[in-house]
Amino acid sequence: MNALLQIEDLRLTYPSSGFRKRSPEILKGVSLDIAAGEAVGLVGESGSGKTTLGRAVLGLAAPTGGRILFEGHDITHLDIKDRRSLARDLQVVFQDPYTSLNPVLQIADILSEPLIAQGIEGAEARKRVMALLDRVGMPANAAQRYPREFSGGQRQRIAIARALALKPRLIVCDEPVSALDLTTQARVLDLFVELQRDTGVAYLFITHDLAVVRHISHRVAVMYRGELVETGTTAQVTSAPTHEYTKSLLLAAPTCDPDRQKARREARWALKTGKT
Amino acid sequence: MSVPELPGGLTGNEPEQASPKHRAGALSRLLHNPLGLISLIVLVILILLALFTPLLTHHSPIYASLNHVNAPVGTPDWPLGGDQYGRDIWSRVLTSIQVSLISAVIGASVGIVVGAVFGLIAGYVGRHTDAIASWVFNLLMTFPALVLVMLLYPVMGSTYQGMMLIFGLFLAPGIFRLVRNLVQAVRNELYVDAARVSGLSNWRILSRHVLYVVRGPIVISGVFLASSAIGVQAGLAFLGFGSTQTPSFGSMTNDAFANIYTAPLQIVWPALFLALLNASLILLGNAYRDALAAPQSKARKPAVPDEQAETETVATPANKTQGGLLSVRNLRVSYPMPDGGRKLVVSGLSLDVSAGEIVGLVGESGSGKTQTAFSILGLLPKEAQISADCLSLAGDPLIGKGAGLMRKLRQGVMSYVPQEPMANLDPAFTIGSQLKESLRKTVSRREAHYMIVSLLERVGIPDPEAMMKQYPHQISGGMAQRVLIAAAVMSRPKLLIADEPTTALDVTLQAEILDLLRELQGELGMGVLLVTHNFGVVADLCDRVVVMKEGELIEEGPVREIFHHPAMDYTKELVSAILDEETVRPDPPAVVSSSRQEGFW
Amino acid sequence: MLTFILKRIGSGLVLIFIVTAITFFLTFGVGIPVAQNILGPSASADAIANLEAQLGIDRPIMEQYFSWLIGVFHGDLGISYFTREPVVNALITRLPVTMSIVLLSCLITLAISVVLGVASAARGGWLDKALQGIATFSYVFPAIILGIVLVYVFAIALRWVPAIGFVPISKSVSGWFASVVLPAVVLSIGGIASLAAQLRGSMIDELNSEYVRSLRARGVSEISILLKHTLRNAASPALTTFSLAFISMFGASLFVEKIFALPGFGTYGYTATIQGDLPAMLGVSLFSVGLVVVVNLAVDLANGWLNPKVRVR
Repeated sequence: MNALLQIEDLRLTYPSSGFRKRSPEILKGVSLDIAAGEAVGLVGESGSGKTTLGRAVLGLAAPTGGRILFEGHDITHLDIKDRRSLARDLQVVFQDPYTSLNPVLQIADILSEPLIAQGIEGAEARKRVMALLDRVGMPANAAQRYPREFSGGQRQRIAIARALALKPRLIVCDEPVSALDLTTQARVLDLFVELQRDTGVAYLFITHDLAVVRHISHRVAVMYRGELVETGTTAQVTSAPTHEYTKSLLLAAPTCDPDRQKARREARWALKTGKT
Repeated sequence: MSVPELPGGLTGNEPEQASPKHRAGALSRLLHNPLGLISLIVLVILILLALFTPLLTHHSPIYASLNHVNAPVGTPDWPLGGDQYGRDIWSRVLTSIQVSLISAVIGASVGIVVGAVFGLIAGYVGRHTDAIASWVFNLLMTFPALVLVMLLYPVMGSTYQGMMLIFGLFLAPGIFRLVRNLVQAVRNELYVDAARVSGLSNWRILSRHVLYVVRGPIVISGVFLASSAIGVQAGLAFLGFGSTQTPSFGSMTNDAFANIYTAPLQIVWPALFLALLNASLILLGNAYRDALAAPQSKARKPAVPDEQAETETVATPANKTQGGLLSVRNLRVSYPMPDGGRKLVVSGLSLDVSAGEIVGLVGESGSGKTQTAFSILGLLPKEAQISADCLSLAGDPLIGKGAGLMRKLRQGVMSYVPQEPMANLDPAFTIGSQLKESLRKTVSRREAHYMIVSLLERVGIPDPEAMMKQYPHQISGGMAQRVLIAAAVMSRPKLLIADEPTTALDVTLQAEILDLLRELQGELGMGVLLVTHNFGVVADLCDRVVVMKEGELIEEGPVREIFHHPAMDYTKELVSAILDEETVRPDPPAVVSSSRQEGFW
Repeated sequence: MLTFILKRIGSGLVLIFIVTAITFFLTFGVGIPVAQNILGPSASADAIANLEAQLGIDRPIMEQYFSWLIGVFHGDLGISYFTREPVVNALITRLPVTMSIVLLSCLITLAISVVLGVASAARGGWLDKALQGIATFSYVFPAIILGIVLVYVFAIALRWVPAIGFVPISKSVSGWFASVVLPAVVLSIGGIASLAAQLRGSMIDELNSEYVRSLRARGVSEISILLKHTLRNAASPALTTFSLAFISMFGASLFVEKIFALPGFGTYGYTATIQGDLPAMLGVSLFSVGLVVVVNLAVDLANGWLNPKVRVR
């Protein structure tokens, strides 16, 4: 399989706020490939740099080293014009469905935003908006409404529709189901899977939740303090992890069965006491 | 008065909250507000008076007639009488309105244009541009504005217009700060990031997402700036600045003040019209602010039915009465709605917690689980109304208890562990002093110190002595949660209520905190009510589970029962929504042809 | 903390430098015919040239500026062109007048704002309305109108206080108080309007914050929550508002001094400006900015004491 997205030895340090203080490196040489049609889960705890990696791919954070290739083209630092043409292939769904939609715009305006950037306006844009709403399972009358009229799960569907508007080949999903309730979360995940089957879009799926990762991704990359400590197929990483950190992460996540959780708890204690 | 700052004040300091509303709606709401409408009419009349002064007066404002010195009100052609030089007060008032309006326009527009332009640039570009602009405007803000306006009077051609030009500059920092902060807030919104990813140009992002938000607040502050400018111009003219050929409220006041023993009535006219002008501006500004901030007439409820809207028949309430520590029967909590009705957030909930038992209270957002927890603690906001057939702790009824007695209970027998550890510590005090404050006053200082140190040690804090001297911003979230747990168990409570105690933490920290809670519960024999949405946490810790949905109890039972044999459809749905641990995604990556496909959906 | 203070003093000196330089160069640029003004329109060219040489205003602009600047470091602000009185002396005799009313109004503002702001945040109701009323009132009636009304009512009609004049505090405390209380009240209305509203807003924010709920959950008393915890946290933003209110109160004191015929900075500055008496103008600007710098420094120090994030490292 040819890689759609290649991340090579990516480094990133945010510009320091003070003159003397040096800010810590957020990404310390990260390399990761994503093939077309593939879902890669990126797991890590808060502050591990997983969100920053996603933002770097999207051009929202400027890497200080390494490069990012999309279909072989270097997209590490793009000007706004090239970014606009890349937008047709690369899109985003953010975590918070409340702040990722502008509260003063109607859904139709929100969904047509990426179309406008590509010069698609008027009737054609309206037609596409309707098709998009239908695609993510929202009623057509949603177009004339405002974000506040929708629940979290519905907003996230709208955000997904916006990402789909230009028929992208890769969507960076930054914790897209973390803010949702359990039942809603399962439905939205199913929608992600279904869309991938139908459209062949690839996902970089950033999350802290291992259960979500198992559900959505073909491959998993585990991030810890700015580095990828383990990469492999989902089955490998989640059932036979090799790195210590991955092991502790897996054992720390509680399972939803009192008896199995008891066993897991004891395994975790054993791992902890074994280490010290 | 020369207040180069903004009217945040009374309706809260977040103008950005006020703005994301329909503008057209705001305007019509403004016109429907009687005070707003009257202010607007008065302002328009004053403007018309100023515009048509020559048609409305018989004399030039500087024409002095010796026959009309201190002429009384109602003298023909001197409708408001004459001043001490025999000048027509009516004509002088109208000219003064002109001068005030011109001052307002110059002062406010210089302030708005300079402040808004630089605010937009600094807020949007950020980094060094922002740092430099902010430094300059902060400096400008600390200038003693009036002194400089006065000293630069000769520089600005000795005219009041020139003074207002300078004064406008000193009004700019307020607008700058307002616009910059708003723009910066909007710039960091995820929807702006999404627009950037779509390749929208900076200009389009500014006009589409940013200008919309800043417009309303700018208009409101503009009104207040105008009023400031009017006041300052009057004050400076009162001091004597400005041409004697152009009367203004300030010079009229000065003349009348000099004449106050002879004709005290003369002070009324400039004061009256100046106040009218200011009042119409300010009240109009307030009305516009209210109009922008007005709640939507529509209810907040989702207009489109939610994803799991199918409601279920209410389940069997917990009938068995255990020799419980906490006993809740038919609890109802409601809040007032804007339309005058009341919204029930908890309706008829019953639950029990026995001594030494951990009960999980689970439900999705909006199920009323947190409201239930706060009703037991007596920590609901004032406007909440609460009732229950029984709400008792160790046989002691909690409903109708005075605030003081509830406080005593929270000091002793029941305690609380919150969700967001960092937000739940007072940032201004050290950990040690916050912990000491909730200790009983009867223990000595040394004893208190020793108790806290050993407690902090118990909850797994490596260096308790050092921790006590730390401020909350110096410690991590995991440590903060340990501190809060220490505070909660300090009094050896009988009941611990934990509201999503690990939701804000990473999984590895979550596991440690759950371990700690389990150990402490065992040591102290506490009953625990654990509010959570996370079934993993429930499986780890709880003996029994209570499932809630939309304020109602759905099902309750032992933890294994609920996981393996849920009785109610809703519980089944919840349990089946738990992502399976065993199966990983089965299907292979989607097959994509190398060329860009069109129209496949 | 020490570097923090030094930094603040440094930026204060920069501010003083900038403001006096602006005053000097801009005023100089206008070219006010000072000597002509002093000698009258009929003065001969010789006499004017003589006087200019005597006053030192025939020298190049930079030379004059630097000699003034050097003087400042020696505590010498030059001599007024018109009265021939050293500017320092003139300002020092006027300083107590202006400071009396400004400081008294600061006290009034602080006391009333804290009580009103805290009470209305805790209770709401009619206190909110009262606060809103004061705010609107302060905009609707500028200082001059309010001042005159107070003079008319309390000094002319009721004769409770003298209408005009200043009594030094060293002479008679009650006399001093009677002579400055009305101007101080006039000044404080605007200060209270902004400070109390700000304090109320930030108190409400604090009272709604989670740590307050946690304190309640631990059984901490309401009084302690209000006065110890929330007030301390709310004071930080309020202090900034207070320093701005101080600047505008100081500005408004220029007008108010005239109403009450108090011999303070306002009247001195006015005369100096109208006459083009550059040394006097520079003196006024130097003293005013210096005052603002001192107050800002005090506010920053108070802020550092209140807010551990500023204080610690």
